[in-house]
Amino acid sequence: MSTTVTKTGSSDLRAHDLTLAYQRRVVVEGLTLQIPRHSFTAVIGPNAGGKSTLLRALARVLKPRSGAVYLDAQLIDSMPTKEVARRLGLLPQTSTAPEGITVFDLVSRGRHPHQRLLRQWSTEDEAAVTDAMRATKVAELAERPVDELSGGQRQRVWLAMALAQQTPLLLLDEPTTFLDITHQVETLDLCAELHQQHGRTLVAVLHDLNLACRYATHLIAMADGEIVAEGPPADIVTADLVYRTFQLPCRVITDPESGTPLVLPLARRPLDPTR
Amino acid sequence: MRVAGQLVSLRTRPRALLVVTVLATTLAALGVLALSTGRYPIPVATLVEAVTGQAPRAIEFVVFGMRLPRMLAAILVGLALGISGALFQSLTRNPLGSPDLIGLNSGAATGAILALLVGGGALVTSTAAITGGLATAVVVYLLASIGGLHTPRIVLVGIGLSALLTAVNHYLLTRARLAEAQHAAAWLAGGLNGRGWGHVASVAVAIAVLAPVALLLAARLRIMALGDDLALALGVSLSRSRLMLLVLAVTLSAVATATAGPVPFVALAAPQLVARLVGGAGPHLVSAGLMGAVLLVAADIAAQQAVPGVQLPTGVLTGLLGGIYLAWLLTREWRTSAQ
Repeated sequence: MSTTVTKTGSSDLRAHDLTLAYQRRVVVEGLTLQIPRHSFTAVIGPNAGGKSTLLRALARVLKPRSGAVYLDAQLIDSMPTKEVARRLGLLPQTSTAPEGITVFDLVSRGRHPHQRLLRQWSTEDEAAVTDAMRATKVAELAERPVDELSGGQRQRVWLAMALAQQTPLLLLDEPTTFLDITHQVETLDLCAELHQQHGRTLVAVLHDLNLACRYATHLIAMADGEIVAEGPPADIVTADLVYRTFQLPCRVITDPESGTPLVLPLARRPLDPTR
Repeated sequence: MRVAGQLVSLRTRPRALLVVTVLATTLAALGVLALSTGRYPIPVATLVEAVTGQAPRAIEFVVFGMRLPRMLAAILVGLALGISGALFQSLTRNPLGSPDLIGLNSGAATGAILALLVGGGALVTSTAAITGGLATAVVVYLLASIGGLHTPRIVLVGIGLSALLTAVNHYLLTRARLAEAQHAAAWLAGGLNGRGWGHVASVAVAIAVLAPVALLLAARLRIMALGDDLALALGVSLSRSRLMLLVLAVTLSAVATATAGPVPFVALAAPQLVARLVGGAGPHLVSAGLMGAVLLVAADIAAQQAVPGVQLPTGVLTGLLGGIYLAWLLTREWRTSAQ
């Protein structure tokens, strides 16, 4: 990957006493958290546990019912929205591409926060888009319509769009959903690279506990809108934590490949080896 | 393809440029055709003489007093309709999101009929039409905003309101005296008969102000097409941008209706045709505007020529062509989605 994707300097993101709700349904209540600077934070937890809701609030896309989100010690809602968009990017869980849009066009829209009324397409924009497409291996698809791509290719195109935004902070809502195991690993490798080589802070909602343990430097386990535990995976992932978060009886061993925790669900009924 | 200067730089695709060029050329050719055809055909050579002041007075009067303002009015109204339609369709993310289908034309008609019933003149009628269109837009906006604005809902609410207003319009017409009803029916059919320099000037001013704003806001519109969450994440202030774009689209459509009556289907068809020509994702505001102008000038020429000795209202022709086009579009999309 070329070095122009680099954006030095990181941003600081924290939330204080957040209450998040959709109409009457309160999803998260009184939650306070700090995303460690330069971390690769993974948010794990059961479905409907408030992970996506939290991510949307951190990206100021969902207005909190009460409490506040601070970006670099400033109240995020008081900052010009384009200024926020130059520091913090979000890849939502599901997005629908406009009909007929090409890969290049979609990825180039990630440059919007850097563009001005008249200066709509600069050489920096061109370079950022090219780099983002190369990093996510979609460069050869540039002129193809997004509608015609496979689920995995499409997910990488959306990721390229978020990368083209070149923000020091990147929030990814289930970036590996719809991907086969190979592409999941590739995507997480790319995230790790962005984190390590470019010093970006990443926050990703992930479903695969073992991949989360392997790649993340910081883990937030969430259930019922509350943080069950947070910290480096090796410090917090125990059978007890997994049970408290997911109600899943399991054993936790050491991943022979990476030395990180590996979660093995217990067999709920005796398996017959002669099946 | 990047076009760059000191201050301005933007990106465009060669195919988009080609479509703009072809449309502009077609429009110019249609313009000449509009000047030379009519009850007294005027050859192009004579047109050139009229421009250089060498033609007889009568010919000069026909060209500059009648045909040129009518042709320019058609171009400008078509531009306004095309741009308005492209804005609406992009905002509502629906190919049926066009000012004539979501009740703005019906609302304008209600205003115009009421004005005609109380014996208002041309100025009162067009003011009432603009007021009716704007009032309808406000009601649609408010109804679609219940529980948070959801732009695709604008289409559903608008179609409902349009049906309601059409019923009101029919009722009003039954209450009118014969002469008033006839007058109103002529206005309702939409057309450019007898449009003069006054009309041209007012639409031209409106477009000179509104079209550049639309072009500057097109970048936001492209981002808004990605959905609400991403638009917010990419730094677009949604509620403000939506309101500005809706006001812009509604005003363009209202100005067009005030000048030419409720001309149907141009705003609906122009952006759709352009999307198929240019390919990729829109909105293609410039091409949509030019396409609107091409459609309206062509329809106006056809309206004068189709039946010898009879001037059809332009709106009847665009309605006829537009209806056929819409039916074709819907069956085609239905067939491709059924595959």
